[in-house]
Amino acid sequence: MALKRKLMLSAALALAFTAGAAQAEISGDVIKIGVLNDRSGLYADLAGEGSVIAARMAVEDFGAADKGINVEILSADHQNKPDVGSNITRQWIDVDGVDVIADVPTSSVALAVNEIVRQKNKAFLNSGAGSSDLTGKACSPNTVHWTYDTWALANGTGKAVVQTGGDTWFFLTADYAFGHALERDTTAVVEESGGQVLGSVRHPLSTADFSSFLLQAQASGAKVIGLANAGGDTTNAIKQAAEFGIVQAGQSLAGLLVFLTDVHALGLQTAQGLVLTESFYWDLNDKTREWSERFAELNGGKYPTMVHAGVYASVLHYLKAAEATQSDDGTTVVTKMKEIPTDDPLFGQGEIRQDGRKIHDMYLFQVKAPEESKSPYDYYNLRATIPAAEAFRPIEEGECPLVQG
Amino acid sequence: MFELLGIPPQALFGQIMLGLINGAFYAMLSLGLAVIFGLLNIINFAHGALYMVGAFTAWFLLQYLGIGYWGALLLAPILVGAFGVVIERTMLRHLYKLDHLYGLLLTFGLALVIQGLFQNKFGSSGQPYAIPSVLQGGQNLGFMFFPNYRAWVVVASLGMCLATWYVIERTKLGSYLRAATENPTLVQAFGINVPRMIMLTYGFGVGLAAFAGVLAAPIYQVSPLMGADLIIVVFAVVVIGGMGSILGSIITGFTLGIVEGLTKVFYPEASNIVIFVIMAIVLLLKPAGLFGRTA
Repeated sequence: MALKRKLMLSAALALAFTAGAAQAEISGDVIKIGVLNDRSGLYADLAGEGSVIAARMAVEDFGAADKGINVEILSADHQNKPDVGSNITRQWIDVDGVDVIADVPTSSVALAVNEIVRQKNKAFLNSGAGSSDLTGKACSPNTVHWTYDTWALANGTGKAVVQTGGDTWFFLTADYAFGHALERDTTAVVEESGGQVLGSVRHPLSTADFSSFLLQAQASGAKVIGLANAGGDTTNAIKQAAEFGIVQAGQSLAGLLVFLTDVHALGLQTAQGLVLTESFYWDLNDKTREWSERFAELNGGKYPTMVHAGVYASVLHYLKAAEATQSDDGTTVVTKMKEIPTDDPLFGQGEIRQDGRKIHDMYLFQVKAPEESKSPYDYYNLRATIPAAEAFRPIEEGECPLVQG
Repeated sequence: MFELLGIPPQALFGQIMLGLINGAFYAMLSLGLAVIFGLLNIINFAHGALYMVGAFTAWFLLQYLGIGYWGALLLAPILVGAFGVVIERTMLRHLYKLDHLYGLLLTFGLALVIQGLFQNKFGSSGQPYAIPSVLQGGQNLGFMFFPNYRAWVVVASLGMCLATWYVIERTKLGSYLRAATENPTLVQAFGINVPRMIMLTYGFGVGLAAFAGVLAAPIYQVSPLMGADLIIVVFAVVVIGGMGSILGSIITGFTLGIVEGLTKVFYPEASNIVIFVIMAIVLLLKPAGLFGRTA
């Protein structure tokens, strides 16, 4: 019922009739990219249709049409449910001949898709999900985890907060794979930096009222309340924390995963001062600005999140590898993706590690006060750049079976 | 952590207060549903969507007309109520003679359409809406910090619930309404315009949802999904209270708010299913609901 599917033919289709029977190794003579994400729930703004737009931009910028490569983009709503996401993935691969699954926020869904894609030997370009297990215990030769992960978030925001004196923590954790991974990775960072975790409470995904959980966090006496959740859950928690005077009473909030869309939804008045870790912000340099303005024009004026940027860059890099191998076989292309260095306007130069982890700089931002913001979406001040080499979990610590110890 | 004695009594008080606040929303929404079901026999699945429209109307009024919270509290229910009247006139009235299921399907479809339109326009993250300046801040009660705004929500909602109950159960107008649902032909024979009364009742029920929406706007994000998340719980509340029972829905609303609040302390993972567990138990033991009259 809810399988809302839009078929979007790229401009390449026009060429399909003239190009004839080239690329014998690309199945069906077309590369089909399925953008699978939340299109109707709490993560629909940070991923959703924007990710489809980003994928389409990647196909255009790659110049697929000029190169005689046919690319088709499909999209569907997984409703943040692993069973729904698995069904769509199977149908896409078995019936519709999809070669690549892109985006897939919501770690519980991403972990399920990860397994299916591996079994069927297709490719999985994850941008939206956070769980660092995707390149750890659950790593796969068919998966690239592009944009961020829970380890990188903990290492960015978690460390920064402990260093500025926030040494006792209480977690509000979304009760599913992502929240658990984020809490686990942040706890490790806090304890390593000499801090202490006093407790945590697990709330159901997509909770409207956080007051009860906030009160428990307040009672814990911890200096920092870590929000190990995302999207609408984070914005509701932050908004209600302000209402209950949590910050005035001396506790501080650490939003461990905060997207540009969340800050936009909260408004600067409420969000100001938040410290957050992202791998992309539209206002980093000329290239990101130029791309983001193009994106916003296609997306009803809304600026891109790092998830959108990750979909763009991962699809672009996939197409380069597919062109180089003249193939759309899962492991063949992903292996090639790891061989050739990455280079795109949004994340700059980087690489993909053996475990599937894409390596690039991460950034520690602080949300501006309302009077500092000069234009719409002018929300962040850059506080620190975390160099690529330090931004992600060292490969040998991930317990990925692909990596020979 | 799950021991009752392990929780200090102060924390427990705090959680009961919070439960009361959430209960206020449940009560107000289930009251609207109960009024509509009791008098029109329509299971109004669009109630959550109309609650959301109420919150958005407050946001529109502020954004485009500069009308603040208090104005919105008055205007939004009237505007959304008028919208409800249009729905009743153009669509619902054709269904009164048919099975309940038709009304349910129509309103469910309406809810999806309204929600879809808003989501298409505004996305899912929602819009911020500030707490009115008079009600900012809060009181330190010793065992918890109690935001002024939430206190106001409880007061406003209790007042609205009691007033509604009084009008329907204790006034002449209410007696007409109740009589019209029992036997519309007879009431019409006494010279009372029954279709108009039914139309206004639906408008009023919808207005109640919008009123709750405006109250909710400063607490939650004003987002297209805010109603969808709530409506299922509210339906459970109505079922537990007894379909169509007005006092039942008020009392059940507040009680279940508290039960849910306590669940969040003792076993937070279950907090979004506890109401449905209770619903299942109540339906097994007392199929007409706690306050329902057996048909």
